[in-house]
Amino acid sequence: MTAAPVPGTMRAWLLAPAPASRMQARFGRWFRAWLGFRRNPLAMSGLIIVLALVLVAIFAPLIADPDAAIHQVLEDRLQESSWAHWFGTDELGRDIYARVVFGSRITLTIVALVSMIVVPVGLGIGLPAGYFGGWIDTVLMRITDIFLAFPRLVLALAFAAALGPGIENAVIAISLTAWPPYARLARAETLTRRQAEFIQAAELQGASHFRIIATQIVPLCLPSVIIRLTLDMAGIILTAAGLGFLGLGAQPPSPEWGAMVSSGRQVLLDQWWVATIPGIAIFVTSLGFNLLGDGLRDVGDARG
Amino acid sequence: MIILDNVTIAYGQGHRRLVAARDVTLAVPEGAAVGLVGESGSGKSTVLRAIAGLIPYSDGHITLAGKSVGKRRTTAEKRMVQMVFQDPYGSLHPNQTVDQILAMPIAIHRLDKGEARIAKALSEVGLGREHRYRYPHQLSGGQRQRVAIARALILEPSILLLDEPTSALDVSVQAEILNLLARLRREHGLTMLMVSHDLAVIAHLCDTIGVMSRGLLLETTTADAMASGEVVHEYTRQLLRSNAGFDRSSVSAGDLDISAA
Repeated sequence: MTAAPVPGTMRAWLLAPAPASRMQARFGRWFRAWLGFRRNPLAMSGLIIVLALVLVAIFAPLIADPDAAIHQVLEDRLQESSWAHWFGTDELGRDIYARVVFGSRITLTIVALVSMIVVPVGLGIGLPAGYFGGWIDTVLMRITDIFLAFPRLVLALAFAAALGPGIENAVIAISLTAWPPYARLARAETLTRRQAEFIQAAELQGASHFRIIATQIVPLCLPSVIIRLTLDMAGIILTAAGLGFLGLGAQPPSPEWGAMVSSGRQVLLDQWWVATIPGIAIFVTSLGFNLLGDGLRDVGDARG
Repeated sequence: MIILDNVTIAYGQGHRRLVAARDVTLAVPEGAAVGLVGESGSGKSTVLRAIAGLIPYSDGHITLAGKSVGKRRTTAEKRMVQMVFQDPYGSLHPNQTVDQILAMPIAIHRLDKGEARIAKALSEVGLGREHRYRYPHQLSGGQRQRVAIARALILEPSILLLDEPTSALDVSVQAEILNLLARLRREHGLTMLMVSHDLAVIAHLCDTIGVMSRGLLLETTTADAMASGEVVHEYTRQLLRSNAGFDRSSVSAGDLDISAA
């Protein structure tokens, strides 16, 4: 630790060696993790990118004209960057800046929905498998193996094609292919803790299996699952963009980044910005999530 | 209070079956403190875990407080027997504060006045208010073991099982913990069964001592008899000699036949 905090400040309250309440103990723990995270410049740049993306998505109508994102102005098509159109216009005369800004909402929606499906499913399969072992483990892990056996993108393509194009179906297709690694991770984390003495102590006190899993094992599994999820975000965004590129994701006229890259393909040589600008958006977002995940992993390592 | 009648405990199945304790018969009267001593792998911890209900036993009977206990224990039976583990670093959840660790047993058994119980348990083991919201990594080894003892006692058990409770601690802290356990035993009328490889630790707390080796309970004697060397079994004598310090003669030539006596 650095210099002793000045008494009476927020910092002193957070770093108190003897917290006076449950809340203070919890906030203090988070604050210490944050202090460790803050020392990592790459992780901080990842966090800033992700936060910027979230802010852009929330305040999209304030920083870009919603009408310009879908309104076609055919006489203005394929214009270069200018004061009126910062990133130029696409082949239907729509403002690419506005489309990229509103596209962030679609990307974040997909990322959030996939996380909300993948984490509970992964934990729901992996935790009982690792905790109970025996035939429950065998059955659950063979199901996981079946899903793991298919190449991820091909399986997502097949599902998206079978379910029909659209964002909801893209989310389902990505989730179906993304959960198995989380089940394996949760199982492995559970196995390493299963024989720990604090689990035996909880059993001895009469805790039910559900209580042990929920209060003793989940808090230890969650950090590595969240880190894995953050690192996977880049892959999820790319898969979503890939589905959009192939016409199996978001449908026109919605400004999905992958679909935008796809539409700029025909004019790539003469009007490079149509495909490149959404491509840069995909790249920067993926990079941001990856840096954030790396930073979180480093913080986790330092504590464990 | 604790009666073991020809209890055999085995791990594994078929040809990989390993008998960890064979035909152990032992009685611990109410309020007594009995110690089990033996080297690593002698089966002493296995016996303790079987009494706690953590591992099943294949033969014999275990009777606790006059009631024969089966494979599945009721919540009341679990509350009656609590245990303090060897490693205070492994027996406390790393992500929970002392407060959360002590609150869980109260929630499981739906006890009333949880707040008062936690404060009382902490003061009984000599921890103050300032320790209540700390995480285990902010406590010393001795303080952690005190938390583990508080967690066991918060359910007001009648039987306390101790699995080498001091062997992971500094010598100076060991004495503090042993004195704490002796005081708690007096105040709560606890029945204690302690396991250790250290004769001095066992003799400090226990009146009756059982000697175990290779899964067999060789002899049951008293702490006084141990001190004066009035022991029957050759293995116990060897154990006494090895505890007296390094002595070349304590390493007996060849294998000692423990089934002789």
